[in-house]
Parts: sequence; structure tokens; C-alpha cells
Amino acid sequence: MRVATLAAADDFDGWRDAARSLAAQRVAPSEVVWQIGDLPTDLFGDEAIVDSNAPAPRVPRAFIDLARTVAMHADPERFALLYAMLTRLIAEPRLIDDKADPALRRLEEMAKGVRRDIHKMRAFLRFREVEEEGGTRFVAWFEPEHHIVRHNARFFVDRFAAMRWSILTPEVSLHWDGETLNEGPGGTKADAPDGDPVEEVWKTYYASIFNPARLKKGAMLKEMPRKYWKNMPETALVPALIAGAQAREAAMIETARAAPGGNSEVAWAALREEAAGCQRCPLWKPATQTVFGEGPVDAAMMVVGEQPGDQEDLAGRPFVGPAGQVFDRAMAAAGIDRSRVYVTNAVKHFKFEPRGKRRIHAKPGVGEIDACRWWIEQERGILRPRMTVALGATAARSLTGKTVTISRERGRVLTLADGGAAWITVHPSFLLRLPDKVQAEEEFARFVEDLKGAAAAMA
Amino acid sequence: MAQLDTREKLAILADAAKYDASCASSGTAKRNSRDGKGIGSTEGMGICHAYAPDGRCISLLKILLTNSCIFDCHYCINRKSSNVRRARFTAQEVVALTLSFYRRNYIEGLFLSSGIIGSSNYTMEQIVEVARSLREDHDFRGYIHLKTIPDADPELVHLAGVHADRVSINVELPTVGGLKRLAPEKSGPQIEGAMKDVAHAIEDGRDARKRYRSAPKFAPAGQSTQMIVGADAATDSEIVGKAATLYDRFALRRVYYSAFSPIPEASAVLPLQRPPLMREHRLYQSDWLMRFYDYRPDEVRAAADDATGMLPLDIDPKLAWALKFRDRFPVDVNRAPREMLLRVPGMGVKAVNAILTARRWRRLALADVARLTVSIAKLRPFIVADDWRPVVLSDRAELRPLVAPKKADQMELFG
Repeated sequence: MRVATLAAADDFDGWRDAARSLAAQRVAPSEVVWQIGDLPTDLFGDEAIVDSNAPAPRVPRAFIDLARTVAMHADPERFALLYAMLTRLIAEPRLIDDKADPALRRLEEMAKGVRRDIHKMRAFLRFREVEEEGGTRFVAWFEPEHHIVRHNARFFVDRFAAMRWSILTPEVSLHWDGETLNEGPGGTKADAPDGDPVEEVWKTYYASIFNPARLKKGAMLKEMPRKYWKNMPETALVPALIAGAQAREAAMIETARAAPGGNSEVAWAALREEAAGCQRCPLWKPATQTVFGEGPVDAAMMVVGEQPGDQEDLAGRPFVGPAGQVFDRAMAAAGIDRSRVYVTNAVKHFKFEPRGKRRIHAKPGVGEIDACRWWIEQERGILRPRMTVALGATAARSLTGKTVTISRERGRVLTLADGGAAWITVHPSFLLRLPDKVQAEEEFARFVEDLKGAAAAMA
Repeated sequence: MAQLDTREKLAILADAAKYDASCASSGTAKRNSRDGKGIGSTEGMGICHAYAPDGRCISLLKILLTNSCIFDCHYCINRKSSNVRRARFTAQEVVALTLSFYRRNYIEGLFLSSGIIGSSNYTMEQIVEVARSLREDHDFRGYIHLKTIPDADPELVHLAGVHADRVSINVELPTVGGLKRLAPEKSGPQIEGAMKDVAHAIEDGRDARKRYRSAPKFAPAGQSTQMIVGADAATDSEIVGKAATLYDRFALRRVYYSAFSPIPEASAVLPLQRPPLMREHRLYQSDWLMRFYDYRPDEVRAAADDATGMLPLDIDPKLAWALKFRDRFPVDVNRAPREMLLRVPGMGVKAVNAILTARRWRRLALADVARLTVSIAKLRPFIVADDWRPVVLSDRAELRPLVAPKKADQMELFG
């Protein structure tokens, strides 16, 4: 059994020299015990390493880089694993390319962990300013996961060369006086200053830059694991920020809902203009124009039809065709002031099949309804009607987001996802299609009753 | 009105800046202050010094110089008609704050933007003055990102690029109709014209440095932009198309997508509810497909639903594409070219590189692929390995439930 003694936990050079010599003598990995400083690792290790004059073995450059990084890992087996890989690479140098080899994979994973720790130290270390003889010094306490502190010294020198600073860690401390870097023994958290007035300013920034309307706790934890939190002043705020986030977003929405601002008219006109160029689904191509809703923007009742028909498409106005005339008649019969109602369609372009010179109405598909729902939501957002009446299955689908059986849902108040009230009834074109005159009259009367019911439910 | 102290101003001006998604500090020239003069360094790779509970990286001190604004853009909390509290930093206050944060290792540098006060030129001068003072008076060598103002004097925009690592102008909304409705005082052609000027200046700067090493660097980290998602009628397909055009025309480093989020003091023009954050995530994924996975824009758009133009929310766009073009699979990990390996759902660029190296000298079995990737279960139906051949994909109509995640990767809390 050979004992290879290394000067420190991150002593890559020591490992390289010993490994070179052991490998030249063809010492099997199982015959070597790797020991750091005076820490006894194996009671039975006895033979020390003697320098060999045999030529140093050659290994791929990529392995040296990998080993340099892995040597900083906290795993006590790291030096043994590296030596085992080294002996395999001497026999088969191309192994370094076999990324699927389990042992190589393990080393790559270890290197990845070390690189991440190096990066996180650069990111999460926090200096505190202290006054001392001859000026100010910036002092940090950091607890790395791996033996990376010496490696990271260069980064902090490059960045803060004009400052005097100290980095204290459990294993080692670094001190920079503006010209030279000195190393000292490890310390404890109590050796570092316990505060800095600027931290309050930083915490103000941290709390203010957080957007409560987009809480993503998992994404934060993935990049800033809790193990780093204890030495970062701003993380003390996290629980309260998370706890308050949902309420803050809900309050913003509620405020906006309660006080919609004085610009509804402008908002609606702008929305209609934007809709004129809508290409959210392919129906815009054959249609003449977008047929947007119309009526007062402070209307208490909003009525949603299916889609513009042939006449609406040409006129650019909703509810002007035969079905619209039935609707007008029913509204009058129900005693509702038609001029105080906002009317619009679930789908805003005319869908048709050309047959000779005629354009035959075609039922919009679910994809088209869903694509067009965006406009209905915006219209509802501006109007905030007390009641939204859906005429027929297409309108019901648009408002509820699911397929609805009219006969089951008609004649009662439904609550929509945004909290608004809705009422479902048939589409007037259904009345036009009934061949039996008596039945048509009955259904018309039922339709009128539905409209009355909707108006009554609003009061 | 009582004078606001630094902390109160910071609270207002950071709050006002948080709707800008970008906080990157990467991709610039390497610098250090090893010579003992000045302060700061840049490594090429950015550093996120903290993460907020919204999952966003905090790399820079991201603030506005002032949140007063003569514009009335509806989606913006700082618009003229909003009742939000107003504050203004002097250039020197921003300089002092940046340096004091930087010395404590809180930040990589500064991202400065501003509401428009007085004139565009006046505002741009103030922004440039902060950067000038940091660079010239304090020899600051950290990262600076400046927002430029579309109609500011080109000379000022040029100065911004000389001091800054990155400059950006936000296109704000993906459609012309949306911009007209939500930012009536902004002009799409003017914004894109300014982006074109910056793109040219960056290119000229690079050319000049090829000939004279001493030529000043101009925005070495390039230019970026941001689009707000879900405030106008643009579909995912339109947004992807717009982003592709922007990358192509202005050689942008990044396009950021920011899901519209409710703001205090909202205008009636705005939707009340935000779009799902997952939608923003899917757009970023589609952006990656174009930038790192060699997908053409029309291929990414093919992953969207034909009728609605929207990318699926429950599965990522790469998987959606694969399910739509099943005849392209399975892909043989031992023989397929790089571009086809990159199409396998669940296979990242690193895994593809590792497979390409490893297979030069061994035939890969399923277990080998498993060691190189995160989840073998997800990609198994799409690959052929030495000891593995999936059931022909077209025979498995019910593939989607097998490969789609059981629940969304990222849960929506509400909305």
C-alpha cells in the first residue's frame, strides 16, 4: 500500500506530481491511499511515494483540465477517482471522448458541481464595509460547498484590485491589501462584521424589483438554493414577499376592475381599430372586413351572437341581417331598450362556403372561436357589463371556454371565470329555421322570456 | 412635497423599472481592474447576484433615472395619466448608488432607462451623463446597459454605445395595431429605424476595430429588445415571426418576451388578467429553438396550432413539433446527423455534442444515452439505440399522454 500525501484539500499540483510518479511505476489504483495534510485516512498505509525517473506518462490535455477542477470537489474520493481514470487513460487515451463512460461521467458531474460552486461564490458573496486603521476594508463571510476559495481569489483581485478586502471562509481566509494577496487560517462567521448600512438600501432594491404578479418560487430556488441564503442579507425578505404577492396582484386587478379609468371610449375605439387588422385565424382572408361590436361602452348588458352573416360582412356592422331583425323584435317585446345594449359576435369574421354567386353561412370551428375569444375578453374588460347574454352555442362556448348544451343551461344566471354574470339562450337564427309556424311562435315567446329573465337578473 | 431620500427614490424608480425583463450582463468584452486603477471586471459570462421570488435574475442595478414621462402608453405604469408617485435621481446619485452596490458585490453593473422628460434629447443626455461619469470619472469597468430613446439625436445614441456594453430599444408590442392602441405616441417605423442605426453603428465599430485596435468599442454586448406578450392580439405564431424578423434585420443578441402583468394604476385599455406565465416560457423555448437548435422560423411556427396560432401550453414547442412531424422519427443516435439529433425532444445541445463525441468509438445503447441526458423516458419514443427500437411512432396515436409531462412544469398559482 502506498500513501500519497497532499499539502491541502485543493492541492492539484501535489496530486499531479504523485500521480505521475505512481503511474510511471504502474502502481494500481487499489494500491494507493490519498491523504491530505496530517489527516490520517488509512491506518494501514505505510509505503511512502518515491520519485521515479521513469518517463512521465502522457494523457489528453482535456483530462488535465478536468482533473484540475475535480480536485477542488468536496468528495473525499476525488483523488482516488482521478488516479483510477488516469491509469485507464494511459492505456486508452481515446476514452476521454467516451462521454457515456460511467466513471468519466461521474468526474464530469463532479466538475460541473465545482464550476457551479465557483460561479455561485462570485455571485452570492457579500462584502460589508468596515473602518480600520488606514481606511476602509470590505470583509465577506462565505461558506462554499467545495474547496474553491483559492481558485476564486483571482476573480476578486481582478475586480476589486483598488479596494482592500478580506474573504473569510471556514477553511481559509484571503486578504488583499491593494498589492498582495495573503492567506490566513479559516474563521467563523463571528469574525466577520455583522452588518452594513448599505444592506438596507440593497434590500429596498430587492423588494422593489420583484414583480408580485409573476411569482415563480421554483425558478428562484433552482438558481439560488437555500444553502446560500444564510449569508445573503436580501433573502430575509423572501418569505414576506411571497406571502404578500398573491394579495398584491389580486388588489391590482380589483382596483383596475373597480375604477376602470376615464378612457373607456378611447380604449374601445382603439381596440376596434386593432381588430380591423386581426389575423388571429385564417377567416380574415375570404371575409370582407372585421365586424366589431357596437353600442354604448357603458352598457349594462352585452349580447354576444355567433358571427357576422352575409349582410353584416358587407355592412361592417353586427346584427343587421335577418337574425338581427328577429333579435330587435324580441328585445322590443321584452321591453328592453335596444339602444342601451352592446351587441357583438363571438367570431368577428364571416365564415362561409361559396356556392355559385351565394355565400352560404358555415359554422365556426372551436379553433376559430378560441382564437377570437381574445376580442370578447377585451370588450368585456372595457365594458364590464353587469350581464352578458350568449345567443347560441358558439357564443356560449366563447364565454365559458367549453361546449355547452343550450337546453340545459338556458334561463339561469351563470358565473363566468372572471366573476361576471352570464345568461345563455338560443340564437335568433334558430327561430328563423323552424318550419312549423306554431312552434316558431312558441320558441319566439320563450326567447323573449329568456331576454326578460336576463334583464331581471341584472337588476 | 417632502424631499424623498435615496431609499424612497430607489423604491419608486426600481419598481418603475421592473417591467423590463432584461437583466443580462453577458457577452461583452473581457475587462478587469488588475492594474489597481478604477474598479470592476467583466468575464464574458454574466453573473446573477441574486434571484427575486419572481424567478428573475438580479444582475444589474435596474432603475429609471425618473419615472415622470410625457408619453401616455397604456401598458406602462409610468405613463403621464397614471397616479403613481414620481421621483427623480440626479446623475450623481445613480453613479454613487451603482458604485456602492458594486463594491459590496451585489451587482455586475447598471441598467439605466428613463421616462421621457423635457425632450428626448434632454433625457438621453442625462442617461449618457451617468454612463460617462461612471466610465470617465470613476474608471468603472463593470457592465453598463443603456436604454436608448428612439428619436434622440444620433450623436447622443452614439455616445451611449461608446460607454455602454449593451444598448436596447423596446419594440414594445408585436403588432402594429397593438402599438397604435397601447402606445399611441410611439411609432413602429421610428423604433425600428433607431434599431437599424444602432445595428449599423455596432457593425461599423467592429469593422473599425479590425483595422485599428485602438478604435473605441461600440456596445460590445450588442443590442436587445423586448416585446410585451398578451396585451395585444398577437398570436404566438405572429410573435415568433416578428422575433425572427428582428433577429434577422438588426442582428439582435436577444429578444426578451415579457408576459404583460397587471400594474397598479392600470388603464382601461389593458386586459385585466395577465396571460399565463407559461405562455412567455413557451415563447422563450421557441426562441431557443431558432437560436441554438437550427429551427427555421416557419418550423417553429408549425409547432403552433393551425387554427389559433398558439403554441401548446402543456408541452414544449420542440415536443409539439416532433408530435406533428412523427415521420421524422425515430432518430438513430448512432447514425443520425447533428441537426436531426437536435430535433429529439429532451435532447439538449450538450447531450447532442456528447453523443457525437462518444459514438466515434462506441455504439450507444439506451443506458449510455440515459447517462448523457436528463430524462430517458421522455426521449425514448423518439430514438433508436443499439439495443432499443420504439414502436413506430405513427402507430401510436396516444403518444402525447405518454410523453407529455404529468403536470405543468411550472404551476400557475392563479389566473
